[in-house]
Amino acid sequence: MKQYLNVITAYLIMFTLIILVGIFQSWSLALTILNYCLISAVMTIGANIQWGYAGLINFGIMGYTALGGLAVVLISVAPVGEAWSVGGLNMMICLGVIIGIVFSIRLTLKKIVRSKKRNYLIAAIIIIGILLLRLISAPAIEGIEAVEPAKTGFLGGLGLPVLFSWIAGAFLAGGLAFIVGKVALGLRADYLAIATLLIAEIVVSIIKHEDWLARGVKNVIGLKRPAPYEINLQQSPWFIDLVEKFHSGKLALVNSVSEKQEVLNQLVIDASSVYVKLCFTGLFLTVVIILLIVTQKALYSPWGRMMRAIRDNEEAAGAMGKNVVKQHLLIFILGSAIVGIAGAMMVTNDGLFTPGSYRPMRYTFVIWVMVIVGGTGNNFGAILGGFVVWFLWVEAAPIALFFINLFTAHLPETNEIRVHLINSAPYFRFLVIGTALLVIMRFRPKGILPEKIIKN
Amino acid sequence: MDFINAILVLLNYTIIPALTYGSQLALGAIFVTLIYGILRFANFATGDMMSFGTMFAVLLTYYFQSLGINLGIFPTALITIPFATFMMILYMLSIDKFVFEYYRIKKSPPVQLAMVSVGVMFVTQAIIRIIIGPADRTFLDGEKFILKASEFKEMTGLNEGLTIKSTQAITIVITMIVVSIMFWFLNKTKTGKSMRAYSDNEDLALLSGIDPKRVVLITWVIAGILATIGGILYGLDKSYRPFVYFNNMLPIFAAAIVGGIGNPFGAFLGGYVIAFAEIFLTYAYKKFFTYILPEALEPNSMMQILSTDYKFAVSFSILVIVLLFRPSGIFKGKTL
Repeated sequence: MKQYLNVITAYLIMFTLIILVGIFQSWSLALTILNYCLISAVMTIGANIQWGYAGLINFGIMGYTALGGLAVVLISVAPVGEAWSVGGLNMMICLGVIIGIVFSIRLTLKKIVRSKKRNYLIAAIIIIGILLLRLISAPAIEGIEAVEPAKTGFLGGLGLPVLFSWIAGAFLAGGLAFIVGKVALGLRADYLAIATLLIAEIVVSIIKHEDWLARGVKNVIGLKRPAPYEINLQQSPWFIDLVEKFHSGKLALVNSVSEKQEVLNQLVIDASSVYVKLCFTGLFLTVVIILLIVTQKALYSPWGRMMRAIRDNEEAAGAMGKNVVKQHLLIFILGSAIVGIAGAMMVTNDGLFTPGSYRPMRYTFVIWVMVIVGGTGNNFGAILGGFVVWFLWVEAAPIALFFINLFTAHLPETNEIRVHLINSAPYFRFLVIGTALLVIMRFRPKGILPEKIIKN
Repeated sequence: MDFINAILVLLNYTIIPALTYGSQLALGAIFVTLIYGILRFANFATGDMMSFGTMFAVLLTYYFQSLGINLGIFPTALITIPFATFMMILYMLSIDKFVFEYYRIKKSPPVQLAMVSVGVMFVTQAIIRIIIGPADRTFLDGEKFILKASEFKEMTGLNEGLTIKSTQAITIVITMIVVSIMFWFLNKTKTGKSMRAYSDNEDLALLSGIDPKRVVLITWVIAGILATIGGILYGLDKSYRPFVYFNNMLPIFAAAIVGGIGNPFGAFLGGYVIAFAEIFLTYAYKKFFTYILPEALEPNSMMQILSTDYKFAVSFSILVIVLLFRPSGIFKGKTL
C-alpha cells in the first residue's frame, strides 16, 4: 500500500482539481476537460510504450492521431453511392496498382542481386506506377469531387457503427507504423525524432489535400455518436422525470407552474449535455482501464523485462539473442496503434473531422510534454501526465487572466499594457507548459511518478 | 525567341524564387547544423528562435518608421538587423545559461537536450505571442521591385517579362556576404579552427587548451546572427507570422540533414537542394512547354508533377529518402 501512496495522492489531487472546475466554472466544462484528459491519457499510454518501455522517440504522434480520426470517417459515414458509381471503380483499380507496385518492388528486391540495374529497375517501377496512378485517378477524383461538393464530394465510408472505427483506427495507425518502422527505425534517436515528425507531416498533408478521401480541409461534420443526442434526450419523458427527481428540492422552491416549467426546461437542457458527456466518459474510462491493465501486465511480464533490457543496453540484449530490430518494430506498431485509438476517440467525441486542426504543436509536442512530466516508463505516471498537462493547457488561460487582473488592478481599464495582456491571455498556456517541462526536466527528470522497477 | 521566352518563364517562376527561398533555408540550416555540431543536440526551437529575432526587427521597423527614419529605396528593416541580432544573442545566451548549460555540464544524452529544446520552443513561442501576437504582419518598405516585368518587356521586346523583387536581390546578396564571412571565420581564424576542433573531438580539444565556454559563447553568437538575418530575410520576402516560422523549422531540418548534419557547407547547399526540389516539382510547366514545343505538341494539362499543396511534403520525402540511403547526408556530415 505504502508504495502506491504517491500514486493515490497524485490522482486525488488531480480529481479534486477537476471537481473544483465543476464547482467554480461548470460541470459541463469539467466533464469536457475530463474527457479530453482521458483521450490524452490513451495517447500518453501509446507514447509511453514507445519511449518509456523501449526508448524509441516518436515525434509523429500527430500523424497517427490523424489516421485514427480518418478511420472514424471511413467506417462510420454512410457511403456516397453516386460518388462510388462515378469513380469508385477507378479508385479501386488505383488501390490495386499501389499493391502491385509494392509487390513488384519486393519481388525485384528478392530476386535480383544488389546492383545498379536493380536500383534503376525499382526507380522505373515507381515512376511508371505513379504515372499510371495519375492517369487512372485523375478523372475519377474530378468526378467524385463534383458530386454535391458542398455536402459530400467524397467517397464516404462504410456506414458501420462508430465504435468499430476505434479498432479500425488502431489498425490504420499500426499499418502506417509498420511502414515507418521498417524504414526509419534504424536511425539514431534524434534523427528518428525528426524523420517521424516529417513523415507525420506528409500523412497530414495527404489527408488535408485529398478531398475525395475525407473532404480534406472542407471537414466532415455530423459524425455518428455512440451516445444519445441531446435533442432526443430533451424530448424523452424518462429523462425529464429523472431530472425532475434529481432537482426536486430546487424545483419545490419555485411557486408558479409556468416558472417551474421554465426552470425545469433549463435544467433538462443542462442535464442532457452532462448526460451525453458522462456517456463518453464511461466509454473512454473503459478504454483507459483496459489499456492500463494490459500495458501494466505487459510491463511486468518477461516481454516487458526484455524491452527494458533492450532499452537500457541494446548491444547486450542483442548479444543475449534478443531480436532487437523485430522487438523495436513490434513496440513501435503497438504504441502507434494505441495512439490511433485515441485519435478515433477524439474525433468521435468532437463529432467532426477537421484535418486542418492537426498541428505538431498540439498533437506531438504537448503529448510528449505529458509523457515526460508524468513519468516515463510508468503507466500511472504517463496517464497522470495526460491529466495534469491537459488540465494546465485548458485552464492556463483563465488562471493567467485571473493573475493579470490581479496585478494590473491598479491600472485603469483602458491602459494599453493591461488590454494587451488580457488579449494575449490564451498564449500563456504555451508559457505554462514550456516552463512545466523545463522545471520537470531539471529537477525531477524521471517525471512526477518515476519508473518503478520491481525486483524479485 | 521562343527559347529565350521559355528560359525567362523558368527564371521568373522557379529559379529566382528558389534561389531566394534556398538562401533563407540555408541560413537556418547552418544555424541548426552549428548547434548540432558543437552543442550536440537537435534544436527544436530553431523556427521560434528565428521568429524571436525577427519580432524585434518588426517592432523596431515600426518604431523607426514612426520616427521617420528610413533607408530610402532599401527596407528600413536593414537598419534594425544589428539591434535585433543583439537582442537575439542576449536571449540565446540567457537561455543557454539557465537551461542548456546544466545538461551540457552533466553530459546528458542528446535526446534529453532535444527534449529540453522543446521546452524552450514552447516558452519562446509564448513570449513571441504575448509580445507581438499571432497575426500576419508585413514590414517591407522602400522600393518593391528592381526590375518590373513591363519595363523588361519594353526594353527587350520579348513576350515574357523578368521580374526581380528587391527582397529577392537583398536576400541573395546578404546571404552570400554572411555565409562567406562565416566560412572565412570557421576556416581561417584561430577561433574558428578551435570551434571545428571542438566539434570534431571534444576531449582532444579540451586537452589542447581550448576553452569550451568560449567556443559555446561564440557558437551562440554566430547562431544568433544567422537566425536573425535568416528570419528577417524570410519575413521581408514573404511576411512575418509566428506560426509560419515554427513550421519552417521542418524544411530547415530537412536541409540540414540532407546536407549532412554538422557540416555547415553541406547545410548551405542543402538549403538550395530543398528549395529547388520543392519549387521544381510543384511548378506547372504548361507555359514553358507551350514556348518550347511546336504547336501540335502543346500540352493541354497543367504539366505539374505535384500539386503545390504538397510543397512541404516534397522536402520531407527527399529527407526520408536521404536518411534511408545516405544517413550521413549528401555531403557527409559531422565534420565541422
